[in-house]
Amino acid sequence: MTPDELLMLASRLAEKAAPGEQIEVACSHGESTSIRVYEGAVESLTQAENSGIGVRVIRDGREGFASAGTLDPDVVDQMLAQARDNARFAEVDPDAGIAEPDGVEAVDIDLWRDELADYSIEDKVAMAVEIEARVLAADSRIVGVRTSTYGDGAGSFALASSNGIRAASRSTSAGIGIQALADDGNQMQTGYAGDGAREPGGLDLDEVVDRAVRQALDLLGSRKPTTRTVSLVLDPRLAATMMSVIAGTLNGGRVIKGRTPFAGRVGETIASPLLTFSDEPIDPDSLGADAYDGEGLACRSVPLVTDGVLRGFVWDSYTGRRGGSGSTGSAQRAARGLPSPGVHALSVAAGEGGGLDDLIAGVEDGVLVFSLAGLHSGVNAVSGDLSLGVEGRMIRNGQLAEPIGEATVGSTLQRLLLDVEAVGSDRIHLSSGISTPSLVIGDVMLSGAAA
Amino acid sequence: MIEGRLLSATIVGCVIDEPVLNRVLTAALADGAEFAEVFAEDAERNSVNLDDGRIENLASSRDRGAGIRVIAHGTVGFAHTADLSEASLVRAARAAAEAARRHAAPGSGHAVEIATQSSSPAPVEKPPADVDKATKVGAVRRADQVARAYDRAITQVSANYADTRRRILVANSDGLLTTDDQTRTQFSVSCVATGDAGMQTGRESVGHTMGYELLDRYSVDELATSAAARAVSKLEARPAPSGTHTVVIGPGSGGVLFHEACGHGLEADLVRKGASTFAGKLGQKVASELVTLIDDGTMAGEWGQFAVDDEGQPAARNVLIENGVLVDYLWDGIRARQEGRPSSGNGRRQSYKHLPMVRMTNTYLAGGQTDPADIIAGVANGVYVARLGGGQVNTTSGDFVFGMTEAYLIEDGKITTPLREGQLIGNGPKVLQMIDAVGNDFEMGPPGTCGKDGQGVPVGDGVPTLRVTEMTIGGTAA
Repeated sequence: MTPDELLMLASRLAEKAAPGEQIEVACSHGESTSIRVYEGAVESLTQAENSGIGVRVIRDGREGFASAGTLDPDVVDQMLAQARDNARFAEVDPDAGIAEPDGVEAVDIDLWRDELADYSIEDKVAMAVEIEARVLAADSRIVGVRTSTYGDGAGSFALASSNGIRAASRSTSAGIGIQALADDGNQMQTGYAGDGAREPGGLDLDEVVDRAVRQALDLLGSRKPTTRTVSLVLDPRLAATMMSVIAGTLNGGRVIKGRTPFAGRVGETIASPLLTFSDEPIDPDSLGADAYDGEGLACRSVPLVTDGVLRGFVWDSYTGRRGGSGSTGSAQRAARGLPSPGVHALSVAAGEGGGLDDLIAGVEDGVLVFSLAGLHSGVNAVSGDLSLGVEGRMIRNGQLAEPIGEATVGSTLQRLLLDVEAVGSDRIHLSSGISTPSLVIGDVMLSGAAA
Repeated sequence: MIEGRLLSATIVGCVIDEPVLNRVLTAALADGAEFAEVFAEDAERNSVNLDDGRIENLASSRDRGAGIRVIAHGTVGFAHTADLSEASLVRAARAAAEAARRHAAPGSGHAVEIATQSSSPAPVEKPPADVDKATKVGAVRRADQVARAYDRAITQVSANYADTRRRILVANSDGLLTTDDQTRTQFSVSCVATGDAGMQTGRESVGHTMGYELLDRYSVDELATSAAARAVSKLEARPAPSGTHTVVIGPGSGGVLFHEACGHGLEADLVRKGASTFAGKLGQKVASELVTLIDDGTMAGEWGQFAVDDEGQPAARNVLIENGVLVDYLWDGIRARQEGRPSSGNGRRQSYKHLPMVRMTNTYLAGGQTDPADIIAGVANGVYVARLGGGQVNTTSGDFVFGMTEAYLIEDGKITTPLREGQLIGNGPKVLQMIDAVGNDFEMGPPGTCGKDGQGVPVGDGVPTLRVTEMTIGGTAA
């Protein structure tokens, strides 16, 4: 379905609002292909068509929501009835409500690439087969590939509300990923790499092959390090992982409910003066870019931390009303879910630390991180406590040394921000939608064997 | 045959008659594929979410559709549709067949005739659909009141109730036709306590394969009190130590240790690709002889229970490690077919939009002989982990992490100071060998969602008290 067709469907439902009732309808439709290759042959090929609809109703300050995975007319009507019924049981909340148009003009960002349609299934399979073959041929210690995958999608999203909001967009995406297995006779290690773009032509196969192989090989022979305090060197990918955990605490939902250690600290220094970051969803070069947020308001730039000082948070319309700051156009959602505030396209400003090699050269005792494990179980966004499994290579006197594993790094989110010691000048746009340079974070507890 | 029609017709809103299934499967096999399967699903979910003292929302969702899988010369073609008309199913069947055929030699098809195999869905005493929404709202409100009344330090509470009913139908070209009707209900309370040194969190969560009788089995007041107590006690916690220590894991939630340390590594898809440290070790001693590990999809009422798996195979009790010796892996249909052996009933998928793969169900360490008090008393200096959160494993290296959400120091054989959160890290094969005591106090832990290759499925796990002689604790204190 085209964005216009979806918008018509959504509008028709939103227009059913009774006096005193607010209705917001989000719907999506898309097609996707995913391919898994193993040992040169297609292991599985999935052709999928996905639809979704979410209906939010607010009546007398009570909110109800219902969603379905189909746009069949009978189910769509049933969802409106369900949402209305659910609203009867919710608590009266004076701030409950859908977004109100705020006059901010949406930027014109084209997230659709016709080129995706030029690729046949055979072309797509060939890409996954090619990266698998190249990884296997790269080194005799590469003994296998667990998965080599290709996936793409093309979809439309539309949102209409009884407040007069009408938003529609369409986008394409493509991605590849591979996990290499390396074995030196004593130990097995894996290296994962992937890339994403708006169409297959934007994927960097060379870089993905090289990174998967290098990571798996570089970890061979890894040992448990001795417990001590070190500096961490994070390349842009790992910096993105860490910074997105931090950015996850800077949203209005956490602020109004007292679930972030940074609530009430706007204007205070919460980070190293070297650090500046913001949400830049209107940067067309970011894969996190979007014209509209999940409530149909225009996306916009939102400063978060400037030179170490907390500037603000991201808000959607509900949390913005309660927090008194209004929406920053930062609602995130799938059609089938409720909106909540979040950072769309985290952007960390480049520093003056040079490239990754320069940053490594400046570290006396540290770890160049290859992977962080346990993000969902090792970070408490309320207390800020952080403890993550780590794999990587030691850095001694500015030189890369032995690989390490079976260890953790521990700190708190509050301390990590203040402990940023260097910011690289190697900022890149990542397929996660995050744009960041490499970072060096000092004073982190590396936990492993007894010293 | 008539029974089959009745059975399939019981999937409300996703009625697919037996003759239709036969025609769809026959269409899927038309190009000479060796196997075809229709998986139809109708899933409903209702939730009530309270946060910050208010009922934030009641949400309902509905998903129904069918996924069609075709296997030709080892290649799996898959297509799914939310439209259950015969025309749409046949279209999906052709798309799946086309996808599978691309890298396979063409052959000729054959007609399929399916026959019903009965299944016995888990009983539901109080179907959640029959319980009015006001009652569910009342339960989460009560949790909020009780938690807030527990201590003035409690500054935030969220309480969530959810029920899901998932009706599935599986028909395949081997002639199988079966159904299941799975109802799961869960309740959780999360609290934030604020003290001089910042905020701490405490959570309690229960979930079972059953209906609203869940809240007859558990007291909302007790759940709320225990979540609040956990948050408040952590206000006094000191940073967890770093480095290697003797670790005693309490009964229940410690099951995640085995889920991560070896459960994933015993999944036949990973084993076959050489991506598991347990590949090629059948019959070998892989763990301390105190370890008997079982995966059991039949455990009545447990979170990972079902009558048939998502490939239509009956749930089963599978012993994986017996007295330290690796006895078997976990199997789904496709891997079992390749090895010429039966599936172990572990083929599961998140929804009709996903391909099945090898998954755990309820995974647990069988109880031992030792009094838990003696296990703790035997530790001069160590850490007692009362409650574990989630975890993650690299099955290739065997390294895994999991979060401790409630832990204490053990000093001179006694549990003393509470510790702040941190992760434990270990190497699965090594940790299994270092288990030197297993208690007689077996319990199942809270409900979990296991993620693998982007698909989440409900799983249970459990352990008695156990002791690991040495594990690395990822704290921040020296």
